[in-house]
Amino acid sequence: MTPNIAPAEPRQTPGLAPIPPVATRPIVEVKSVSKTYAGGVEALSGISLDFPEGRLTTLLGPSGCGKTTLLKIIAGLIPASGGQVFVDGREVKGPGPERAFVFQDFALMPWASVIRNVAFGLELRGIAHGEREAIAERHIARVGLKGFERKYPHELSGGMRQRVGLARALAVDAKVVLMDEPFSAVDEQTRRKFQEELLELVANEGKSFIFVTHSIEEAVYVSDRIALLSRRPSRVSAIIEPKIVRGGDPEKIRRDSAYLDVVEDIWQQLKHYLD
Amino acid sequence: MVISGIRLPMMTSLIVWAVIWEIAGHTDAGFILPPLSRIVWRVFEIVPTASFLDALLITGRAFLLGNAIAIGIGVPLGILMGRSVIADRLLLPWVNLFLSAPLSALVPVIMVLFGLGETTIVLVVVLFSMWIIVLNTRAGVRAISPSLVEMARSFGANGWQAFSRIYLWAALPEILAGIRLGMIRAVKGVVIGQLLVSVVGFGTLFEIYQSHFLMEHFWALLLVLFSFAFTLNELLAGLERRFAYYAASR
Repeated sequence: MTPNIAPAEPRQTPGLAPIPPVATRPIVEVKSVSKTYAGGVEALSGISLDFPEGRLTTLLGPSGCGKTTLLKIIAGLIPASGGQVFVDGREVKGPGPERAFVFQDFALMPWASVIRNVAFGLELRGIAHGEREAIAERHIARVGLKGFERKYPHELSGGMRQRVGLARALAVDAKVVLMDEPFSAVDEQTRRKFQEELLELVANEGKSFIFVTHSIEEAVYVSDRIALLSRRPSRVSAIIEPKIVRGGDPEKIRRDSAYLDVVEDIWQQLKHYLD
Repeated sequence: MVISGIRLPMMTSLIVWAVIWEIAGHTDAGFILPPLSRIVWRVFEIVPTASFLDALLITGRAFLLGNAIAIGIGVPLGILMGRSVIADRLLLPWVNLFLSAPLSALVPVIMVLFGLGETTIVLVVVLFSMWIIVLNTRAGVRAISPSLVEMARSFGANGWQAFSRIYLWAALPEILAGIRLGMIRAVKGVVIGQLLVSVVGFGTLFEIYQSHFLMEHFWALLLVLFSFAFTLNELLAGLERRFAYYAASR
């Protein structure tokens, strides 16, 4: 399939307000970013990529291809060896309040209650105790954890812990949410439920999401745009816009021929990395 | 422990040893090891005396001050060594050296440098307890999951916030274990220091009891110090258990 690089059509979700059309300016711009680790391992080689505002863009590729590296460079957690990243028009020099990160292993503070974990970003910004707890409570309810505010991470299941991680990222009200394989450590049922909820978030929150996964099905199911990365040293090998018509029965979508075709097409492109 | 169907309380073994001690005390060995009952009696006799309370005050003050200094320096130093490779390379050999060295041999040197007063005792306590705190803190910090550190950074933590809200808490189980081990060593340090200086605190009392061959008094004083060290250990171990719930899930 020829990569479709035309901007996606605004899509309608029944019962929800229509999403505004894609803004002309991308919220995140990656300009010929490369990364060579100490020791000479070249992870990324001149990657250029735009991330449209208000949409979910996925970085997909074989394991070890540097998707997480690219995500962490966008997050400002690791410096790029070359090239630049712009978020909302400003060059990334380190972590910033317009970006929030959701971690693969949740990264919750085990000594802190759910509400303190969720409010942690606000705590670091010096927001008063009462105010940040009120905000955190709202986001805890938003991710379906009402009643668990005073529990500790070890008292929660894996899925619930990732909800805490998600609530923490939403609580700081960042424009861009960066998600590093957020559902890979939860069971399959929870994973599917998370995918539905993620779509709802993208539709309602007005935020931009950058999502890293190694699952083709997951990428096609949740993404507006998929950047396919080649094996290390990584380049963008294709941009795919699945254009799945959403809002219907999830089971129907997963059996839909358009959906299955995109999955098959990506699989054909990734297959040769398997040897 | 269960013997022939009866559950025995935890301290039962101590009673057995106490009985053996009591019997031994009534033999010829009573010359050097008086019966336990008389020693316990003596504890109640010496504890309210002015010389004992004075010694307790001086020793307690030196002990607390020494430990506070050891924790105040040891914890930040351990965190620094756990985070910075350069600091670790530079300091680790020294920490290991001081941890394993026979520190009592250094006490006379400190005496010469700082005189026969409280400063010397405090320094001896620091010297005994600090190194294990440093090593434990360092181990705790090195065990922190990298994603927790990245999490703090990504939400905008500055150096101080990362230290006070992540490193300190994540390493707390190890730090507490280090403080507990350090305090046990500090008890040794304070007693050895006072024995060698022997003009302050319990050192004076030990000196008097030994030179007048008051074995009951001598053992009573030891018993008090032993139970103090034991109680301290148990208290700190209890505190450690309160924070151990997350040690496995960091």
